[in-house]
Order: sequence, then structure tokens, then C-alpha cells
Amino acid sequence: MSTAATPSTGFLALELDGDGGHPAAWRKARHTPAELLDGTRVRATVLAAESAGFHVATFADGPLTPAADSADGRDIPGRLNALQRAAFAGPVTASIVLVPEVDTVYTEPFHISTQLASLDYVSGGRAGWLVAASDQAADAAAVGRSLVPADGLGREAADSIEVGRRLWDSWEDDAVIRDVATGRYIDADKLHYVDFEGGAGYSVKGPSIIPRPLQGQLPVLAPAGLLGADQLSAGAADAVLVSAPTPGLLAGEIAEARAAAPAAAVIAELDVVLDARGQSAAGRLAELDAHTPWQSSRARFIGTAAELTELLASVLETADGVRLHPAVLDVDLEELAQLVLPALRRRGVLAPQQPGATFRDLLGLPRPTSRYAAVSAPAAAEN
Amino acid sequence: MTDTHIGNGFVPSGKLQLGIFFQGVNSGTVWKSPESGSQTDFESFRRIAQTAERGLFAAFFLGEGLRLREHLGRPHALDVVGRPDAQTMLAALAAVTTRIGLVATQNTTYNDPADLAHRLSSLDLLSGGRAAWNVVTTDNAWTGANFRRGGYLDHADRYVHAEAFVTTAKRIWDSWEDGAIAETPAAPAWAAPGSARPVHHQGKHYTVDYVPRLPRSAQYRPVLFQAGDSPEGRDFAARQADVIFSAHPRLDDALDFRRDIVGRTVRAGRGANDVKIMPASEFILAATPQEALEKKDWVRSLQIGPEQAIAYLEQFWGRELQGFDPDGPLPDIDPVVEETSETRGSGFHGAKAKQLADQWRAEAMDKGLSIRQFVSARTSRGDSSFTGSYTEVADRLAEYAHTGAVDGFNISPWLIPTGLDDIVNHLVPALQERGVYPTEYAGATLRENLGLATPVRQDADTVRLQLTVGEQLL
Repeated sequence: MSTAATPSTGFLALELDGDGGHPAAWRKARHTPAELLDGTRVRATVLAAESAGFHVATFADGPLTPAADSADGRDIPGRLNALQRAAFAGPVTASIVLVPEVDTVYTEPFHISTQLASLDYVSGGRAGWLVAASDQAADAAAVGRSLVPADGLGREAADSIEVGRRLWDSWEDDAVIRDVATGRYIDADKLHYVDFEGGAGYSVKGPSIIPRPLQGQLPVLAPAGLLGADQLSAGAADAVLVSAPTPGLLAGEIAEARAAAPAAAVIAELDVVLDARGQSAAGRLAELDAHTPWQSSRARFIGTAAELTELLASVLETADGVRLHPAVLDVDLEELAQLVLPALRRRGVLAPQQPGATFRDLLGLPRPTSRYAAVSAPAAAEN
Repeated sequence: MTDTHIGNGFVPSGKLQLGIFFQGVNSGTVWKSPESGSQTDFESFRRIAQTAERGLFAAFFLGEGLRLREHLGRPHALDVVGRPDAQTMLAALAAVTTRIGLVATQNTTYNDPADLAHRLSSLDLLSGGRAAWNVVTTDNAWTGANFRRGGYLDHADRYVHAEAFVTTAKRIWDSWEDGAIAETPAAPAWAAPGSARPVHHQGKHYTVDYVPRLPRSAQYRPVLFQAGDSPEGRDFAARQADVIFSAHPRLDDALDFRRDIVGRTVRAGRGANDVKIMPASEFILAATPQEALEKKDWVRSLQIGPEQAIAYLEQFWGRELQGFDPDGPLPDIDPVVEETSETRGSGFHGAKAKQLADQWRAEAMDKGLSIRQFVSARTSRGDSSFTGSYTEVADRLAEYAHTGAVDGFNISPWLIPTGLDDIVNHLVPALQERGVYPTEYAGATLRENLGLATPVRQDADTVRLQLTVGEQLL
């Protein structure tokens, strides 16, 4: 899929954070506020997304700051760690891909790499990494570091991705040999120091403390514009997330992203408000906005399920996937599940959901050999 | 006759709890048997966690090592190695278990307090109040080579640093007011304004300025485990911990350790029963005593093969010893002392190699032990091993319960994932018959199941003052 100019089928991702994309979504949720931050909620939403036919679930992370004109902070101020929500979802799902957002600036690349590799194990190879690069002063202050300026974020992200990728390769696939005859559990020749020295002033030795992830390399998703052209052409990201001010402008952004990173999949970002519960989408949005306005840099669709179906079919002609941010998860997901996804499936524009398939399978990416295995590859081929 | 008096107002509970420690590294886990399963596949973890829960175990425990153990400058190849991240795995297990506690070993040196406290809170909320943190410290730069900060902590500072870290984490967990979250979606605000108190800490090693993002869990906050055995480690546990993962399973040692900990706990201003003790242990059980002894020989032969025996000595000798017969006497050549460094693996640093080698050679000669026998005796930590028939071992354990020497045992199964089957199927019922083991979970949270009291909220100003004083003492 990643090399095809016009993919025949695409995938749909759903952001599962909180009660929905709208900051006031909790006012329309079908549960009490206290029931938001627990495992029951994670289980219910990810299962709803999977049974609706979504291919990918994403989990936002980071501090939740009140909207600018809502200084008293009337909306949800907390969220559970995204990677752990994804891990919790692993054993309760069978086909949906689980992609937590993980910051690269104020975190330890070694920990992130281990945690994401572990997520791949608990999800049976259905894990990915949505790279974030925090520009929040609150994140810097929380760990006692100076704020990294905007022009340094791309390098932090690229370094962290590079550390992650090297560590995932640092155990070759066949490193665990369990050779009773020689008494060796692993073949130490198949473990490698990664010896990363980055521009951001830190180094990482390796090898990883966990064997190679099931997928070899987890797919890495990055917002368009975060990584530079050199980093993208070197394969730092497997997919880029593209935003535009309006749905009509998405096509141009998609074309631009594809030109910038021809090997990466392109995923369009879309906020969604649907007609529901006998109310028009515009009416629902106005009601929510009266509590707290929804400020978002993403294109926004406001309308009927049939109109959204048309829009998604059209966007999927050029994008590999679309990520939806429903205004209110409990409300809009129901409409998506009952009306939009079935219609898209009937049109044959959605990739099949395959239990047991990996995220790489969905993206059409082969399972790569470890970069450190290259030297011994000819010898291995003879066996 | 063992002196069983504890003193200081300590009251034995008369009960035991069990925990399971899925080690994931080192020689205690047998990998050479055909029954030995994957050390990384989720199914191994699910299988053993669900077996433990069927046996009403209080806790499922995962370790952590932030750099792979090495041997003569390369990754150690002979033992089980490579394990998932503790909290990620426990978050997944939270979805397939309902009562068992989930204990993550996490390092204070190479984590940030706000981030770690937030992740532990997340695990606690996802699991419905079943999370715990086993607090460990590292000071070596060798491990630091995997992290942004590198090696920055002096050995002498590690507990001061850890205590400031833990106290900051507790303040983060304390920061949300009870009942802060609205009852209904019709409320004017999701949480009452100002209901999360910001946490500030400025100390010698780090600065934290953080608005906590999560409310308290069903058990208030994660339970704290601690394993340090030095006087500083014991005092740290007496002040801060809920449970000590101890290294003293033999009854007389366990009683001594209990007396010591009760004394320290009371001096720290806490109750005599406030800190629970669960020693690390291994169980080798069978229907009859004779079968159990035979099983033990078999397990030991799989745990320490000839290669591991030589490699074990090489760690201390600092040189290759491949020419020596594993079934012969200890090497007559001397260690390479100048190469002594912690890069060769855990358990090595600080050893005075030549002196140690002389001592071991004398001991092995005295007892007539070969290299393999000697190493097997050393590494199996015979003290922590309970070998015998189910009824025999149940009788022994009942004495621990009656005397209050321990609150339970943290069992390291030597086989994954079936290593708890005989314990749950045979030993647990035998303990229940003796009235020393629960017949149902006491509650839904780990704190309830361990019989721990709900913490009292710390006053932020008092804590800040104590920390400032503590850090100035450096």
C-alpha cells in the first residue's frame, strides 16, 4: 500500500481519548464523570471501535490544558497513560491495531522502546507508535528540564525514533536459541550494542532488555511537518498524519505529504460531528460549543452519515487511511458503527479486518530483517 | 527452641499470603526442560497470573533490570534473559485478571518522579486499585549508559535520592481531593476547580513542578514494596514501604528480621504491624518427601549446568576458566583482580576477588564439592527453598503464620508457565485446611487483600520541610 499512488482500499482509525474530541464531550457521555478513568471504560470503547470495524485505535497522551477562554478549567483535566491504556486493550481485542501517542522530548528513549516492544507482545503484533514532540512548558517543568524550543522538537523526535528502532533491532530474530547441547539460552553474537550518539546530547548503549518485537519494527506514525525531509527519506516514519483547515483542503495536503515522503502511508485527520439522537450535527456542536468551544487544527466534518460516507470514500482515494476524532465518543461512534462503516464496506473501499494480522500487514509493510543481521545474512541464507 | 517473641506490640495475623515473582532472568528459571515455555509471549504471563489468581495469590510481581547482564564483556548467554516492561505487561494482565495485585519493580534513579507516579496511578486505576511499586535504586554508571542523564548518582546518596523520589510520588498521589470528580454530566464542571494541588519539589537531584492528572484509586494509591536489606534500606522501608520483599525466609532468620523491622517501624512512628514481610522463596513439592528430593536434584541440574557453573566462577575470577572440569575442584589459578568491575554482571561488584577465591577454595575442599556442586549450592540460595511433600511443607509454613515471622512468601517458580500448578492445586488447599491461608479474596484491592490500612493524606507543607532538611544534610 505504501508504494501505491492510489490505494484500492484504505483503513480507518479512531481516536479513543476521553469522552471524545470535543472538550465538553463529557456532558453528553453515557456514564458519570467518575467512570471515565478506569479499565471498564477502556475496554468498552476499544471493543466498540473494533466491532464497528475500525482498523486502528489511537490513544492520546500528555497534559490536558483548559481551553484558553475557559480559564476555570471546567472540562476533563486528567487522562490515563496512553501506552498503558493500549496495553490493557491488547488482550481484550483480536484485530484492532493499538497505537498510543508517546512523547519523545521529555521521556527516556530507552524506556519508550522497551514499553512499545512490550505492547507489541501483549497485543500479538498489533502495536504502533504515534510520535509526539511536546511543546508544553508543563511537560518540561514536570521533569525539571528546560523547555526545548520549537526548532529543536524535530531533532528530539528523530533521535528518539532512531534509538527505538536500533533497540528493536538489537536482538536479532533468532537470538533466543535455547541450545541445550551448548547450554546457551541466547546466541550472544546476535545481540548488539546500539551505541547511539545523538545531536541532543545524550547517548544510549543497548542492547535492548527485551527480545525483538513480534513485528520486528513497530510502525511509527508522525504528524506531517514534525520530521525533516532527510529523516523522512531515511524512513524515520512509516506513516504521516495530515491536517488541513477544511475537508476540501485535505487533498492538497495529502498530495504534498506523499511527495515529501513517498514511502510513507498518509493518514488524513478529521474531526467528526454527525446528526444523532434526532438532533442535527450543527445543533449538537452549537450546544457543546456553548459550554466550551472546540478549538482544533484538524479539518472538521459536520453533517449526516451519508455525507460523511461520501467524504471518506473520496479522501480514501488518495489517502491510505483516515483518523476520525468524534466529537462525542458515546454518540458519534454509534452513528459511525451503524451507518458509515457499513456503507463504506459495501462500497469496498475499506481494507478487510483480519484477526491475527499485524499493523505492518495492514500497512502493507514486510517484516524487516534486523539492521544488525546484515553482516551474517549470507551465512544464514546457506542454512 | 526458637525464640518466637517479637515484641513492640506486634500481633501475628496467623495467616499467610502468597505472591508470584515471574523472574524473567537468571538461572532460577529452568529453560532446558521441554515443559519450559516462552519468557516473552503474553500467554505465558496470562497463564501463570490466572493460575495464581485461582490460588487466591495476593500479588503478581515483575522484576526489572535496565541493562542486560554481561559476562566477560558480552551479554550473558547461559540463563534466561530478555523480559517485557513491567508496567506495560501488568496493564495487559489487569484486563484478564480481577483480584490479584500487580507489582512493578521500577527504578528511582532512571525515572522521573512525575512520570513514574503518573504511570503507576494509571495502572492502579486501570486495575481497580491493584497496583504496587517495588522501589529499587541503581547507582552505577554502567546502567546509566542507557539513559539521558547517564550515571549521576553516588552510591551513598541512593537512599536519600530514593526517599525524596518516593515522598514526591506520594504527594502526587495525594494531590486530588476526595470527591473531586462530578457526580453527573449535568454538573457545572467535571472536577471542582482547584481540586488537584500542584506538586513542587526542588532538591539536589531533580526538580518537579507538576499538576497531577489523576484522582486516587479504589485503594487510595499504589502499595509500596521495597527489598533493600542494608540498615539504610531497612530504615527506608520502615518509613516508607507497605511490604518488604525480604531475603530472610529461614524461620529463625525471619523472626530476627521481623523483630528488627518492627523495631525500626515503631521508631519511625508507625504501627508494629504496618509493614508486611514477604520473603523470596522457591518451592519444590511432590506427593512424598522422597519424590520431592529427587525432583530437587533434577531441578538443580537444570538450573546450573556445567557451562553455568564455570561461567559463575568466571564472573568472580574475571577470566576465562573453560579449561577447568565442572565436576572437578575449584580453579587453582588466581582471579584477575584489576578487571573487577560491575560491567561483568550483577552480584560481582565490590567483591575482593583474591580473598573470595581463597575462601571458596577452602570451603569447597572442606565439603568435598566440585565446581558444579559448589556453584549450585551457592546460587540455589538453599535457605529460600522449601522442598518436601505438600503436607510437610504446609506444616512448616503454618509455623511461620503462627509465629508471625512473615506475612507470606513471594514465590519464584522454577518453571514457566506451569510452575504454580502444584502449589495452587495441592499446597494451597493444605494451607487452607490448616487455617493459615485465605479461602477467598478479602476485597477487590491489593491493599484490602494484604490487610493494609488506607493511607493518611500527607500534609504538603510538612513534607516539603522534611525534604528540605533531609537534602541539606547532604
